[in-house]
Amino acid sequence: MSVHLLVDFGSTYTKLTAVDIEAETIIGTARAMTTVKTDVLEGFNVALSKLENAHPDMGDITAISACSSAAGGLKMAAIGLVEELTAEAAKRACLGAGALVNHVYSHHLSKKEIKALKNAQIDIILLAGGTDGGNTECILHNAKKLSEADLGIPIIVAGNKDAADEIEDILSGSGTEYYIVDNVMPKLKKLSVKAAKDVIRQIFITKIIEAKGIKKAEEKTGEIIMPTPESVLMAAELLAKGYEDEEGYGELMVIDVGGATTDVHTIGEGYPKRAEVILKGLQEPFAKRTVEGDLGMRYSANALVSLVSPYEFKQYYKDADEDKIQASVKKRSDHVEYLPDSEEEEAFDEALARICCDFSMSRHVGTVEVVYTPLGNMYYQTGKDLTEIKYVIGTGGVLINHKDAKKILEEVNKKSNKKLELRPQAPTFLIDEMYILAAMGILSQKHPKLALKLMKRHLK
Amino acid sequence: MATVVIGVIGADVHAVGNKIIEHVLNEHGFNVVNVGVLSSQEDFINAAIETDAKAILVSSLYGHGEMDCKFMKENCVEAGLNHVKLYVGGNIVVGKQDFTAVEERFKKMGFDRVYPPGVNIEDAIEDLKTDLNLS
Repeated sequence: MSVHLLVDFGSTYTKLTAVDIEAETIIGTARAMTTVKTDVLEGFNVALSKLENAHPDMGDITAISACSSAAGGLKMAAIGLVEELTAEAAKRACLGAGALVNHVYSHHLSKKEIKALKNAQIDIILLAGGTDGGNTECILHNAKKLSEADLGIPIIVAGNKDAADEIEDILSGSGTEYYIVDNVMPKLKKLSVKAAKDVIRQIFITKIIEAKGIKKAEEKTGEIIMPTPESVLMAAELLAKGYEDEEGYGELMVIDVGGATTDVHTIGEGYPKRAEVILKGLQEPFAKRTVEGDLGMRYSANALVSLVSPYEFKQYYKDADEDKIQASVKKRSDHVEYLPDSEEEEAFDEALARICCDFSMSRHVGTVEVVYTPLGNMYYQTGKDLTEIKYVIGTGGVLINHKDAKKILEEVNKKSNKKLELRPQAPTFLIDEMYILAAMGILSQKHPKLALKLMKRHLK
Repeated sequence: MATVVIGVIGADVHAVGNKIIEHVLNEHGFNVVNVGVLSSQEDFINAAIETDAKAILVSSLYGHGEMDCKFMKENCVEAGLNHVKLYVGGNIVVGKQDFTAVEERFKKMGFDRVYPPGVNIEDAIEDLKTDLNLS
């Protein structure tokens, strides 16, 4: 028997999934609190003994691979020239690599922005600006400012190639760690994020997890190969595309409602479905991830509630009394490991989950607007048209443990007051009942076909 | 190689002329960035910023061009594109109007060159080369 153990060091829980490679089955899963403040291996060991106790005949573990979003995950800043173009392209590269991007700057960096970057506890900066052959002045200015600021964190330069040599001259003498890669927007509106994503992952593996005290885990687990959100995105992409003769599910969406963030991933082109619709804006990535730092069940419960008025909250939770809402929210943000202990609290969690799904969906999907032309109505589409998405998959603790999780997702889709949003119309809903998506993303690096089979078997 | 931004402004979907302009400019050695039909002033301006364009060539065939082009120069200046040449051509006003008056109005709006319907594109390219000191 050959057991491959997959580990996800999450912000709250360290989650283990044991896979029997020969029998092609999942032996079991287990979890324990992540213990990043003391020794990350403590939590891992607790989870491992839980797993071994539950499956005493599990056999020897022959391989371990891990991903991590512990200690705040991967935090990045994206800098570009025009907000909707290279700044957005840079942001998408960061998101696709599994990062959280709370700082996005366009045009010339100001002193105030540099100061904000200094205070922001960012792990990596991605600097873009200009198409190849286009504007060099802005990215050169920003490179100089960043070099002078001496932030002590790696800078990835993915802008106009014409500026690359000069940027190298600026950064090479400064002691700043830097990487120069392909432009994230080589031509107007063309997105090219692979090179940037690869180097982000490389830095994450070699530097970031060490700085966060997770590196220690590698003594036991082997290399931590990527940030957790990236492995979820990879699992989703594999499930959509299929592998060799094992067919995939086609275009799909994954909604991952977590304690701190809600992530939405879609795999699909999202092109306009009708001839009179004209696509606007920057090209969308085929595998697209958005992450909402203000939508989460625990760490971000405060921010979440501030997004909706008490009146709106009533649409999600019937007897919404403002004091009660505040008390329930406080309970959750003060005790992030809190699990609902009454029907009322369960209903409250459900309401939060609904808001997470609804808002994150709203921010992820594309929109259409009508233009009245002499030739009749035409439509602008911004973002992805996801109306024909075939599968919507829910994951994350609250959805996995909820008895009516599919209903939550269904109702989110039905919301008709946002007509111009291109949400999935009639998808099949699946739930990641065993919480294995991230694990399958890691497994897919070595055993893609097996990972695909297991997902098809266990997403229900 | 000089970069120029071209496109059709406003709620105008005339795509054929747009393609011809792209083709001919390419033949004359320009690096053409085409923002296509149904483009807003912002689309032209953002494209010009990122690509470091030397000129913006606005087309309009459906008669509403004058409205669509209002404050375009001001918006260019606002975006730091004072140096970028601004051209406009096509059926740029409502109905049949005296072209000298039309040209004067658009020049007042800040356009460097204004072309009437049916202009020979080669002539416009000669102007462009002169304005950008390419010939």
